[in-house]
Amino acid sequence: MDSLLNSNRPPVFCPGCSHDRVLHALDQALIEMGFAGKDVAIVTDIGCSGLFDTFFNTHALHGLHGRALTYATGIKMARPELKVIVTMGDGGLGIGGAHVLSTCRRNIDLTLLILNNFNYGMTGGQCSSTTPQEAAVGSGFLNKLEKPIDICQVAVAAGAPMVSRVSAYQKDFVPTLKEAITFDGFSMLDIWGICPGRYTRRNKLTPKNIEATLAQLPELPDFKSRNKRMEYGKAYRQEAASQKAPSDPVPIAVTCAAPQSGRREVIILGGAGQRIITAGELLCLAGASAGCHATQKNDYPITVMRGHSISEIILSDEEIEYTGIENPAVVIALAPEGVNRRKKMLAGLPSKTHVIKAAGIELPPCQAAVTEIDFRDRKIKFQDWALTALAVLAHQSEILTMDMLKAALKLRFKQAVYETALAVVETVFAD
Amino acid sequence: MGMSLMEGNEAIGRGAVAAGCNFFAGYPITPATTIYNTMLKLLPPKGGICLQGEDEIASIGFCLGAAMAGMKSMTATSGPGISLYSEQISFAIGSEIPIVIIDVQRLGPSTGSATRGADGDIQFLRWGNSGGLPVIVLAPVNVKDCYVLTMQAFNLAEKYRCPVFVAANKEISMTRETVDLEALDLPSVVERKMADANASFLPFATKDDRLVPDFLPLGGTILVRQTSSTHGPDGYITTDPEQIEKVLERLDAKIKINISEFTYYDEYVVPGADTLVIAYGVTARAAKVAVKELRQSDQSASLLIVKTLWPVPEALIREKAAPYRRVVMAEMNLGQYVRELQRVLPGKKIDFLGQMNGGMIKPGRIMEVIQSG
Ligand code: SF4
Repeated sequence: MDSLLNSNRPPVFCPGCSHDRVLHALDQALIEMGFAGKDVAIVTDIGCSGLFDTFFNTHALHGLHGRALTYATGIKMARPELKVIVTMGDGGLGIGGAHVLSTCRRNIDLTLLILNNFNYGMTGGQCSSTTPQEAAVGSGFLNKLEKPIDICQVAVAAGAPMVSRVSAYQKDFVPTLKEAITFDGFSMLDIWGICPGRYTRRNKLTPKNIEATLAQLPELPDFKSRNKRMEYGKAYRQEAASQKAPSDPVPIAVTCAAPQSGRREVIILGGAGQRIITAGELLCLAGASAGCHATQKNDYPITVMRGHSISEIILSDEEIEYTGIENPAVVIALAPEGVNRRKKMLAGLPSKTHVIKAAGIELPPCQAAVTEIDFRDRKIKFQDWALTALAVLAHQSEILTMDMLKAALKLRFKQAVYETALAVVETVFAD
Repeated sequence: MGMSLMEGNEAIGRGAVAAGCNFFAGYPITPATTIYNTMLKLLPPKGGICLQGEDEIASIGFCLGAAMAGMKSMTATSGPGISLYSEQISFAIGSEIPIVIIDVQRLGPSTGSATRGADGDIQFLRWGNSGGLPVIVLAPVNVKDCYVLTMQAFNLAEKYRCPVFVAANKEISMTRETVDLEALDLPSVVERKMADANASFLPFATKDDRLVPDFLPLGGTILVRQTSSTHGPDGYITTDPEQIEKVLERLDAKIKINISEFTYYDEYVVPGADTLVIAYGVTARAAKVAVKELRQSDQSASLLIVKTLWPVPEALIREKAAPYRRVVMAEMNLGQYVRELQRVLPGKKIDFLGQMNGGMIKPGRIMEVIQSG
């Protein structure tokens, strides 16, 4: 097989830069594995390691600093058959740390080569996430204050199944690369090397003491069996294949007639757990079953299990433009949390507004006609109050009719829930 | 035959799939999350891919990688996420990567109010990239638009190889509305123009003075290069000013000179009116109520609803505003798009109504401005 290096663009690293060794070792590994350029995508980060894509005749993507793994993930998901190799420096490792962790957790079939030379070569030798505290670098005293990261320990803890520390100078570097590239899942090599352009001007670092330091590092815990699992893309496709396609939205048949015409605004003021949003949806569906246009705007806090829950519904014969409530025909007040949110609006209600309120709810003084319902006394469950209020309206053909409400229940619920809801609705008729 | 009840975000998701979207990645954020939920339901069973990134930067990065591999990608977020997308957006612009980006705007600045609407990102979407090259931004008014404009966004992204934004608003995205899906006037689906795989291929070369390079997917039989660096037609970094200028001027021109092909708008003309209200997004609905209300009065106004916000449809705005003495602009921010009107309509009296309080602008307030001029 031929070299995959780009004969038109020879490498331009500083003399003695270990990136040059990695480049040729990677080419050697790809040759030995029998890959053609079209079988491989090299995705590079920023910095001197970010030059790799230009030196190879393969598919190539050179993106933003720290984000190489994100593009590689998209490419691999789209083209599972492609060998995707990512090169990144210790700078990219620092800035893109979240992506490194997540890629370890994901175990997608990418090979990440971290070209770790303990400083930012391209910008003048500043400290990186791997700079030793005792090193003299372009960041003054700052690197003294931060501990370097041992990315292999981190990767293993994050679930990477194939992780290895290597020296760019070690004899079995090419076989190690081949093993990483062959691995079916995420593989990561922390490749220690020398940056004569910057780092070794002020720091002593030789292939020998790289080897010695690597040998002294605390060993990685036994992770291979612990982190072994199916590759992400394969697992994804397996899960996806078992997902059922959702049904298309069903057009609502017009089977009823609305009791009033024009624009009808309804606001339901309740609290969490009262199925306020569902009641609002039912009212919209009821409207649609009578050929009305409908809108529903909801308001609830981020913490969904307590606090207010408000639904604003508009039904109209014409297309609804403004979706805000300005002149509610009906206000349903079921909990103080909701009522407190709309005090101003309540105080200004005119006499033509009909308020249905739960017993015990205090309203600001207003002109509206108020109907009080003692839900507790009638042994209606808290979560059925909103539905019951709709039934009360339907009972007197206000906003909706009983036919419309039943049509809505049919549209919204499966048989069992439909029957329970219908029973709630029908208790209103009982008295 | 009958309407369905749907919120704007679901319509965006369904419109995307109708346009051929087969890759989505996002990070949960109110009020955009239900787009992600919709895509997670729709895509995997069809063989498409829906991913959740570790953050917004990753999500859009997945999309860019997948788009380069030939997929139709979409992501969705809100203002805080657009901030994080920013550098990736610049990449998509400069490196001609098709992607649809939905911004369901919420009240800012910063974390702001997750559940309150706004149109506060309108200039941010245009200028939030390094280099300042133009982008396409479409603004839906209702659930119908969410569906149709998302389809248009895909078509434009494919045609011009660029990011296309849909500037939605919590007030449309999270509001349920009845919509007759069968009555929608849907565009036909546009596919990316592929290069001849047998001819020699340069990833950024344009044939016969065309403005958009033909595409080949990364991972196919022909080698494809992509780079975020300043590049020539071959996709390699270049410092040649002539080559650089040619590419960058082409990126500018390809978006700007075709604007007449995608100037989407709506209008409501009241004969005899001397004021033209210009609005976009959810505010256009209140504006419609206002002009309808005043139709018979002696202070009537017409309405122009702009749905292509960027590039600014200057010809449309000039033509529509010409017969009117005065323009009224209302928007859910403290004065963003009105700047474009002032630029495009020098000398025209422009009255502005801005509001940033988490609520929608009421028809009554727009009526007051119409009546006070
Ligand atoms: S600056 Fe350092 S990393 Fe960059 S090419 Fe020179 S020696 Fe290599």
